[in-house]
Amino acid sequence: MRIPLSAMIGLFFTAMYFFIAIFAPWIAPYGLTESVGDVWEPMSSRHWLGTDSIGRDLLSRMIYGGRTTIFVATAATILSFTLGSILGFFAAVVGGWADQAISRFVDLIMSMPSLIFALVVLSVMPVTMTVLILLMGLLDSTRVFRLSRAVALDINVMDYVEAAKLRGEGRAWIIFREILPNALSPLVAEMGLRFIFMILFVSTLSFLGLGVQPPAADWGGIVKENKEGIIYGVPAALMPAIAIATLAISVNLVADWVLNRTTSLKGGRG
Amino acid sequence: MSDLMLKVRDLKIGATVYPPNAKPHDIEIVHGVSFDLDKGKVLGLIGESGAGKSTIGLSAMAYGRGGVKITGGEVWVNGVDILKHGIGDLRKLRGADVTYVSQSAAASFNPAKRIMEQVTEAAVSQGKFSRRDAEARAVELFDKLGLPDPENIGSRYPHQVSGGQLQRCMTALALCPQPDLVVFDEPTTALDVTTQIDVLMAIKAAIRDTGVAALYITHDLAVVAQVSDDIMVLKMGETVEYGPVDQIINNPQEDYTQALVSVRSIDHEEKAATPEPVLTVSNVTARYKGTNFDVLKNINVELHPGQTLAVVGESGSGKSTLARVITGLLPPSTGQIDFAGRTLSPDLAQRSKEDLRELQMIYQMADVAMNPRQTVGTIIGRPLEFYFGMRGAEKQKRIKELLDEIEMGDGFIDRYPAELSGGQKQRVCIARSLAAKPKIIICDEVTSALDPLVADGILKLLLDLQKREGVAYLFITHDLATVKAIADSIAVMYQGEVVRYGSKSKVLSPPFDDYTDLLLSSVPEMKLGWLEDVIANRKMESAGN
Repeated sequence: MRIPLSAMIGLFFTAMYFFIAIFAPWIAPYGLTESVGDVWEPMSSRHWLGTDSIGRDLLSRMIYGGRTTIFVATAATILSFTLGSILGFFAAVVGGWADQAISRFVDLIMSMPSLIFALVVLSVMPVTMTVLILLMGLLDSTRVFRLSRAVALDINVMDYVEAAKLRGEGRAWIIFREILPNALSPLVAEMGLRFIFMILFVSTLSFLGLGVQPPAADWGGIVKENKEGIIYGVPAALMPAIAIATLAISVNLVADWVLNRTTSLKGGRG
Repeated sequence: MSDLMLKVRDLKIGATVYPPNAKPHDIEIVHGVSFDLDKGKVLGLIGESGAGKSTIGLSAMAYGRGGVKITGGEVWVNGVDILKHGIGDLRKLRGADVTYVSQSAAASFNPAKRIMEQVTEAAVSQGKFSRRDAEARAVELFDKLGLPDPENIGSRYPHQVSGGQLQRCMTALALCPQPDLVVFDEPTTALDVTTQIDVLMAIKAAIRDTGVAALYITHDLAVVAQVSDDIMVLKMGETVEYGPVDQIINNPQEDYTQALVSVRSIDHEEKAATPEPVLTVSNVTARYKGTNFDVLKNINVELHPGQTLAVVGESGSGKSTLARVITGLLPPSTGQIDFAGRTLSPDLAQRSKEDLRELQMIYQMADVAMNPRQTVGTIIGRPLEFYFGMRGAEKQKRIKELLDEIEMGDGFIDRYPAELSGGQKQRVCIARSLAAKPKIIICDEVTSALDPLVADGILKLLLDLQKREGVAYLFITHDLATVKAIADSIAVMYQGEVVRYGSKSKVLSPPFDDYTDLLLSSVPEMKLGWLEDVIANRKMESAGN
């Protein structure tokens, strides 16, 4: 099997970010909260990316911050896909009032801007990692629900699904064995996209002060802590932005490749 | 100037294929085909799917569909080798001197524009006629093609005319610019048999009256025999046999042509009815949710064990709805279905596993009747697992037996449906229903999507299995030739009612009611002059008129 260059690049950077996130304590040269130098020191051999607003090593903050951001986004994506796709498939297969009830409830949630909704909830709930993941996962599952329901509706009218119904198969078989394998490729492609939206979402929340709380670091929080530096020409706040951008592009390159591969392979061993 | 209109010499056509796990590469799909076509003559191109018929037809316009390109040879239209010309010259040729009629008129017309505008578009934009003249000519053509109200039909939208009428509008579209050559690509394949003969007759008359030359592409030899002067039989991009229609039909030289001519000549001895039918449909009336008319009206039929009941009718006659009612997908509003001595619950969800097992179904489109992500082994193995709890070696052994029964080896166990041919797919579907050891298999147009020779193979297999396993078939089809080949009893359906029902010999012998007569006489026969005889002798107009 040949992997196209774009997918190679995507795979390399995605894997690198995940590797760094997982092994952060071993890779980071300094501690997360250690103050090791002056305020906003420029890049040097001791501090590759310089130091931040209170003299902590920016590279170490970035590495630990990536760990938090990627962990929260991954967990929320998994939650939203599990919940959204199961509910979506269920609504499509069962139809009738169950479909109506779930779909209208989802419409209700989607009618409120996610960010505002999240800010309201987070201002009354304790801001912990668990709450953050649950909230983001639930909000995003509405979009996954829409997609998976639409895909499943298309598949549900195929003759092979009818054949399974005539055989007397239960709903679980129809959802997991007949529909899911055929719905995977659009869902996987969407998963890449949603993961990136999760990263942006958690970064936005942290930037607004309602996400990951200091002294713990995450990319949005690092931007917030160092935003004043931009006035003095200190690029510290731009580092997380570069990280987010490169991760977003590489994940999308991988998702594109997965989508191409699974759809061109009509036998579907992807 | 000679009468030679189209001269094709050593035409070679290639295409790029993209196999999933290898580099894209070029293959040749037409290997050096040559033929001549005189003015006012019709050449029939015939072959199975993949034979290269349409590709050759389109080459008369120097056109290749997505990824297909002409790699060698010469195509002379009116004494000019069009392959040597650039796109500008070709644009002047296409839609003016050479025109095209496609298989699906419904998909080819723009639904947002009136028919007249589309019919005259090419003639006007190519500068052949002024708009006024083109419209006058279109009306003349509508009249010639037997369309009702030729003065005004052009102001309708495509959805306001029937399928057969639209196909004739498309022929008018092709003839409007006064072309020298028309390429007909399966123009009647998507139509009902009774509509098909009207369209065929109209096309034949129009070709004769306008004196154009035509390439007529189809997979049905009996159809092409009615309209062509010469026939070229193609297989895998090569000429098998090429000659006058009389020779091809009455004295074919090659084995392949002989097989095509003798297709559908399966002989089947009708079995006598048994005292106890396995399936009895009594007084069934059904309608779809949210509609206000009955799709089935008071249906009464019986199916005897080990026999075949053929349900025949045009599209829209309610054949497939009857299958949905029997399987429980559409509960009837009134009536009752008795199966193997018990009354079936009208709703699928209430039926026992045993009921479901003993009543299996095979679909028309084998490709969508199998999950593309499951292997042949999984597809056939699932009913074994589900109904009989078979596992491991026992299941594998039974799958192999079933594959042997459908004349496919056990090498297919790990293949995916996409890796099978059309006929093989349908065989796997048959094996899947057989795996349940059913009493009845409902076959919904199982051979309609297949090439004639492949369809013959499937019918033979079904008859063979019936002999061995004693399974009964409820065989739904629009094709009377198929019915003659396999049925023991026949129900003719028309607009939701059974208009004629009984044993095969009874239904197929006179006196006929008007509808059965129309249906029976519309089946193309491998006989020259058949079309004219039918039109002269029939008692009833087809519904598509």
